[in-house]
Amino acid sequence: MIPIEHFLILAGLLFIIGLVIVITKKNAIMVLIGIELMLNGANLNLVTFSASDPNIGGQMFALFVILIAAAEAAVALAIILNVYKHYRTSNVDEVNELKP
Amino acid sequence: MIITFYIFVTIAVLFALVILFTKNVLYAAFSLVVVFFCLAGIYVMSGAPFVGVTQILVYIGGIIVFIVFGVMLTTKLNDKNIISESHNRLLGYGLGMLLFIGFILIIHQIDFLSPSFDSATRQANDVAQIGVLLMTDYLIPFEISGVLLLLALIGATVIAGRKKKEQT
Repeated sequence: MIPIEHFLILAGLLFIIGLVIVITKKNAIMVLIGIELMLNGANLNLVTFSASDPNIGGQMFALFVILIAAAEAAVALAIILNVYKHYRTSNVDEVNELKP
Repeated sequence: MIITFYIFVTIAVLFALVILFTKNVLYAAFSLVVVFFCLAGIYVMSGAPFVGVTQILVYIGGIIVFIVFGVMLTTKLNDKNIISESHNRLLGYGLGMLLFIGFILIIHQIDFLSPSFDSATRQANDVAQIGVLLMTDYLIPFEISGVLLLLALIGATVIAGRKKKEQT
């Protein structure tokens, strides 16, 4: 059978790759993709540990995380669209003034 | 069964690395599809078929479409905006390596009660159990999250559809 550590290492790898994407990329949509990867890493942890839990609390939590991720992606992309309309770029380094 | 798991793991990690190293935002979005598919497979194999199906429905059917829409609406396919530059490379990769080493060390120190993973312990009864739990123990979070999703979608429509005011 598969050792539980391998699930945890995969979850950690996904989380770290997502974090590095968030830190290094300049495009706002890439940052959003990194956040989605991090959420998936966390979800994999929850699902893994809920396998030895008879009342599957981890799975329920994972379902709610997926739902919040959908809401977050919708709002984030709306904001990115508005930023693009105003600055004509989605590069987070160039979005540096508050005044419209 | 076990080999399938490791194939899924390899593909997921490889395509996550493709997202990290590619410069094209559209390629990153399509690599994300592959990562999500592999993760759905891993969820199913770890005894959570409902979460796997939800992953395919919500992530691949919803969030990826959002992201591709975002890419298409903020860039033209042949201009420079679709290329995403990188910054803070040293900091990012260094932090990533450090965190990875730390995770490996921590995970090897933990002494789990049930060290190996037996997906045969959990069977298809899961979906019925999730349905019952959603309507009993998790009823209030379920309803609140429904309202939250509605609010988020209306809010996104309002924010994205706002017209620019006339210059005065």
